[in-house]
Amino acid sequence: MSLLQSLTTRDRVFDFMAPQASPVDVRHGPILYMEDVSVSFDGFKAINNLNLTIDDGELRCIIGPNGAGKTTMMDIITGKTRPNEGSVWFGSRHNLLQMNEPDIASLGIGRKFQKPTVFEALSVFENLELAMAADKRILPTLTARMTGEIKDRIDDVLETIGLTELRFQPAGILSHGQKQWLEIGMLLMQRPRLLLVDEPVAGMTEQEMERTAELLTGLAGKQSVVVVEHDMGFVRSIARKVTVLHQGSVLAEGSMDQVSSDPSVVEVYLGADDEEAA
Amino acid sequence: MMTQSSSSQFWLTRPFGERATQIFLGVLFAALLLVTVLHLAVPQGHPLHVNAYTVNLFGKYLSYALLAVAVDLVWGYLGILSLGHGAFFAIGGYAMGMYLMRQIGDRGTYGDPILPDFMVFLSWDSLPWYWLGFDMAWFAFAMVLLAPGLLALVFGFLAFRSRVTGVYLSIITQALTFALMLAFFRNEMGFGGNNGLTDFRELLGFNLRTNDTRLGLFIATGVALALGYILCRAIVTSKLGRVCVATRDAEARTRFIGYRVERFQLFVFVVSAMLAGLAGALYVPQVGIINPSEFSPIFSIEIVLWVALGGRATLYGAVIGAILVNYAKTIFTGVMPDAWLFALGAMFVLVTVFLPKGVAGLLLHLKRRKKPVTPPKEATA
Repeated sequence: MSLLQSLTTRDRVFDFMAPQASPVDVRHGPILYMEDVSVSFDGFKAINNLNLTIDDGELRCIIGPNGAGKTTMMDIITGKTRPNEGSVWFGSRHNLLQMNEPDIASLGIGRKFQKPTVFEALSVFENLELAMAADKRILPTLTARMTGEIKDRIDDVLETIGLTELRFQPAGILSHGQKQWLEIGMLLMQRPRLLLVDEPVAGMTEQEMERTAELLTGLAGKQSVVVVEHDMGFVRSIARKVTVLHQGSVLAEGSMDQVSSDPSVVEVYLGADDEEAA
Repeated sequence: MMTQSSSSQFWLTRPFGERATQIFLGVLFAALLLVTVLHLAVPQGHPLHVNAYTVNLFGKYLSYALLAVAVDLVWGYLGILSLGHGAFFAIGGYAMGMYLMRQIGDRGTYGDPILPDFMVFLSWDSLPWYWLGFDMAWFAFAMVLLAPGLLALVFGFLAFRSRVTGVYLSIITQALTFALMLAFFRNEMGFGGNNGLTDFRELLGFNLRTNDTRLGLFIATGVALALGYILCRAIVTSKLGRVCVATRDAEARTRFIGYRVERFQLFVFVVSAMLAGLAGALYVPQVGIINPSEFSPIFSIEIVLWVALGGRATLYGAVIGAILVNYAKTIFTGVMPDAWLFALGAMFVLVTVFLPKGVAGLLLHLKRRKKPVTPPKEATA
């Protein structure tokens, strides 16, 4: 919490670092509100009357079998895909359906992709520098200077994601797990209000998974975090609230125990997967 | 293995760091000085004397080098393979050519005080509107930058806004330069058609046919190359340069962290086109002619070969490549004109197979073998 406070006070010293968009209004509760959203691709309904609400500061896990619409849901929130109908609100002020990808990103929604995409030719430090919340227009970017404050912030994030020692190494040499953390670090540099994390532990070792779980649970509270994940063990270790998607709509919602005892959930997903995991 | 290649790729984006710029500028100015001294101070007939023809030739190479730097800026750092940069070069050249034509005044074959010879020949009775103002040096020199810049702005705006990248963009840049070539071939366009613009006499009052003016143009081109290099260097080492590299390697990702990629592409593309135009403007008075062949698609492809051969994303590699290939071209077309295209092809194949990072990559490799490179602590600071 003290980290966040020190960061927010710096905003006032360097007004160029302050978020440009008007603040997200969460006085009425949820930070993300999706209502009756539907998308179809060539007649196939990828999302079908989806209703989803994420509270401010919440850590939510979204699970569901392949084709349940998890990635499409993320695409809608980040502006990559436009739904055919429904409404998507960020706080109670910003209608995400009227905004484009960069605007949504600068508003404070960060997304971590399934496959880690970091800028391999740039160093870990530079990856974080580019991701930092700043004036991202051309001239301010051309004339941007590295200040002590920015450096401190990057160092803070490096510490959080545990890559301090590798900061001058090209991101291309990082291991798979390290790339995932760097991605999360890049999201943190944007000071997001809402983090969308797509399959963070796919392909990770046991230790890397633990480290990732610590990282994500540490973030919740400061940011709202939505995690899409297949690995049940991992979901169980971090989740407070789980949403199960099936065929583009919400099948069940609740704590991991509630959800995993729901017969309809067991039928479509958990039963099969638990056996696999065991 | 993967570590090895990625890390060398990493250093290729800023090999030698700031030292590279210092070494490059040092070598360039030493070369300018050396040629000047050997031309002026060493008597004619002495084996070390550099004659006016050679000075002129070097000046031409330097303008090509500036053009190659412009291409490297968009291709090496932004990943936009432009196969139409010859068009910007030629437009800059035409702007300069139009100024030089107006300077001829009534000394042309037909003696018309205003109309260039080819217009009299076509029985035009007045200057087309787009020739107005080119009798003033400041206007013409502004057009050298603005005309290619404007074309790049319109073209780039349409292309990047529609997210046309990769091979499709390469193809439409190629189509652009081809279309311009066909247009400029037409007499009705008012740019001298097939023959282009030639028979130049004076530039800012200096007689273009004297050796001193040739030397001056050579030095001016060298200085322009240095300034262009410093400008590109400033761009690629800025945060904007890192955004460019990020765009090159992962465009969608760059967009997702909040950069309007198409604007960055447009900005760098326009800067590059203006540099290419400047190179063209310096080229024209040195070769004494500008005609539509500069728009030919082959020429634009050749520029890309220079950069590939010298090593992309280094800037100085582009300079090395442009000078090496054109020097080889001068020699080959003198000794065995028919063999030149084969030699160019062979060079390109050999470099692609054995030196994928070009001559600059070779230099870097040699340097690293001599002493291991330690990552500079202030590399990112």
